[in-house]
Amino acid sequence: MGGYPEILQEALARVEETRPKRLEAAKKKKYYPKLLPSEYEDILKKYHPDYRPEGRRVLKIGPNKGEELQVELVELLEGRPWIEPVDFSSRLRSPDYTTDVLVIGGGGAGSAAALLASENGSQVMLATKLRHGDANTIMAEGGIQAADLPYDSPYYHFLDTIGGGHFTNDKRLVRALVLDAPLVIKWLEDLGVMFDKEPDGTMKELFGGGLCRRRMHSSSDRTGAEIMRVLRDEVGNHKQIQILEFSPAVELLLDDEGMIGGAILYNLDVQEFLVVKAKAVILATGGYGRLHLHGFATTNHYGATGDGLVLAYRLGVPLKNLHYAQFHPTGAAFPEQCAGMLVTEKVRTLGAEPVNKDGNRFCHPLEPRDVESALIIRECIERGNGIITPTGRVGVWLDVPMIDLIWGEGTTAKALSSKYLQFKRYGIDISKQPILVFPTLHYQNGGLCINEWGETIVPGLFAAGEVSGGIHGDNRLMGNSLLDINVFGRRTGIRAAQFAKNRGEVKGLNLRHLERYLRELDELGIKSNKKAPIILPDYRSPDKIKT
Amino acid sequence: MGGSMEGLKYAVGDRTIVAEGAKLIPIYVMGKRYEVPETLTIMKALEYVGYRFIRGCGCRAGACGACVTVYRTTGDYRLKFGLACQTVIEPNMYLVQIPFVPANKAIYDINQLSPDIFTFEKLYPETFRCLACNTCTKACPMDIPVMDCIQSLIQGDIKKCAELSHPCIMCGMCSLRCPAEIQHPFVTLLARRLYGKYLTPKAKHLERRIEQIKKGMFDWMLDELMEIPLEDLKERYTEREFEPEPYDPDWHPKDRRYLIIED
Repeated sequence: MGGYPEILQEALARVEETRPKRLEAAKKKKYYPKLLPSEYEDILKKYHPDYRPEGRRVLKIGPNKGEELQVELVELLEGRPWIEPVDFSSRLRSPDYTTDVLVIGGGGAGSAAALLASENGSQVMLATKLRHGDANTIMAEGGIQAADLPYDSPYYHFLDTIGGGHFTNDKRLVRALVLDAPLVIKWLEDLGVMFDKEPDGTMKELFGGGLCRRRMHSSSDRTGAEIMRVLRDEVGNHKQIQILEFSPAVELLLDDEGMIGGAILYNLDVQEFLVVKAKAVILATGGYGRLHLHGFATTNHYGATGDGLVLAYRLGVPLKNLHYAQFHPTGAAFPEQCAGMLVTEKVRTLGAEPVNKDGNRFCHPLEPRDVESALIIRECIERGNGIITPTGRVGVWLDVPMIDLIWGEGTTAKALSSKYLQFKRYGIDISKQPILVFPTLHYQNGGLCINEWGETIVPGLFAAGEVSGGIHGDNRLMGNSLLDINVFGRRTGIRAAQFAKNRGEVKGLNLRHLERYLRELDELGIKSNKKAPIILPDYRSPDKIKT
Repeated sequence: MGGSMEGLKYAVGDRTIVAEGAKLIPIYVMGKRYEVPETLTIMKALEYVGYRFIRGCGCRAGACGACVTVYRTTGDYRLKFGLACQTVIEPNMYLVQIPFVPANKAIYDINQLSPDIFTFEKLYPETFRCLACNTCTKACPMDIPVMDCIQSLIQGDIKKCAELSHPCIMCGMCSLRCPAEIQHPFVTLLARRLYGKYLTPKAKHLERRIEQIKKGMFDWMLDELMEIPLEDLKERYTEREFEPEPYDPDWHPKDRRYLIIED
């Protein structure tokens, strides 16, 4: 079934026509010339969705007051809570659960944190929104960076990361990231992650956008899924980790001394609130793709609604590097059932280049992600050289057939097996036909401010993974996100266990911070009918949504 | 939701866009008839008629197994399996979502296991009840030869099982349908972990690098990057030497100051 419809056949033919010449150049590594770093600013200002003044609003409350952030994000941060503090005063005196370390979020970072906290002597509760393992982690395809080859060094990994982040990263965090990286790979190897290796055990490492050395470790093209499966299995092997699925957090709790006290969870299955008392809390709530910033489609999973941001923001934790979201240049644009879905950068590192409706190349395939996105948007919107799908989406071609022609038949089916299988279901053989792509909202570059141990300014409150900010600066490199979740998942797990051990009893659970926040919202005249966190997006037909 | 770029009608989030000229077709959700526009996926069709997913929805991209659906089509006795987020609706599809699959995961310390058939006999003995009926393969939404995975395991070939089962999204349909009540997702996962941990050689360069890091041999380089002024940092970034592509085993970097090469 499927395949490309009649109306796209002509455009497909043009790609085939220009391919032989482009292939010849590609084999000699002569792609469309790269931009100079000095040209980035201009391109981004004009075409990147995040660089335009429309779609932004001034945040009126909290530590980042006065900043102009995306409308959807501001609505989240200024939203109404799920609960009235007064309704909970007696419930806080008799919590439903008590634990040492509460981990909120069951993706890669949350699972790594739960494992390390448990191994360091804590009783752990892992509260997840959907199933344990339902997270953006599973969809990370390209790989995980670590400088472990002889001609590479954490020095270059640091430079790549900070340059990719436009020098806005927190250097302490980058240092921790690059030095812990080889340790993380070893940890994962020992847990049984199936990394692609040479027969002698040497890691097969790939190039990536913005990387000056080969440094990407992978497991076919489902590295994130492989890591998530293993971490989830390992968490299941630890009896001291109690898992509460379908129980997202709707509010955090403090104790009488202003240290973290726990959280209020919401059991989605039976629609009831739960009070959890905890000596330490690790927020690992992931990204915010399902806020659909600027109306873009997203690669993110169903539950990626930026919950951790608003929960900690209400406690006064500042935010960093949220001015720019990361749009992945190649999200699928056809067929409709996978619109917005991630098409890994690995496709481009293997040699496939973007091509417009005339079959002509218009940009280097491996500019930094924000620049690549801006160039594709320019090609489609300003120059009108995009291809329009039957459902009115626009995109450019990604000439995937070049890969087999460069590396040999069968390369695509093996190195990009999950994409190959997926498109085969749609009747498209990507080793023989190009695919349509358009930038898609992919990653939350910034987030909650942390130090190199994942500590926030609230004693006992930690943050790890996509929810945190400062590691990647304004723009994350491929392969650093899978690394980030493991590095800071582990660090927060270790530190939270220590914190819990050294802490006395949690006394006087309260929601006074929420009462203050609500008063301030009233004083500022901020009236919102949007619940925050939103927990799940609503995709029902507009006429079916009852208020 | 419209885009914020002038005239940009292209950004429409995840809201269902119905193709022009799409006609309405009937589908049955747990036996109840609804009319929905064709070209929608099962997931979008359910949202179109007013369902809001709590269970049965995960990545919406075919990678997590949350939305596995069982259905029949008119005039066909066969049970069919697909992911709601990927499968396009057909007229008179008779659907049900599967919100959960009960399966027993064995508890183990992977460091104490031996990478052989005896581990499976101990932890998942029911695996050896396999009838080779191929029902699991027919239930798999990822086209994995599931029976071959189990059969190769029974024959002691952990490597083959690991490689064949790599695309597994752990939806559990195989396990739910299996007459021998095998826990395929957990069994093949254990095979993959044992393969990755014990049956492939360790990366020696990785161990060496960790030793170097533990000895603090890279500290001075990172201290330098932490301390130099921004302009110098930018210069180092722009001037940094790139390893040439494609991979050339004979390449040597010119600048070795920030490398630790031990022969």
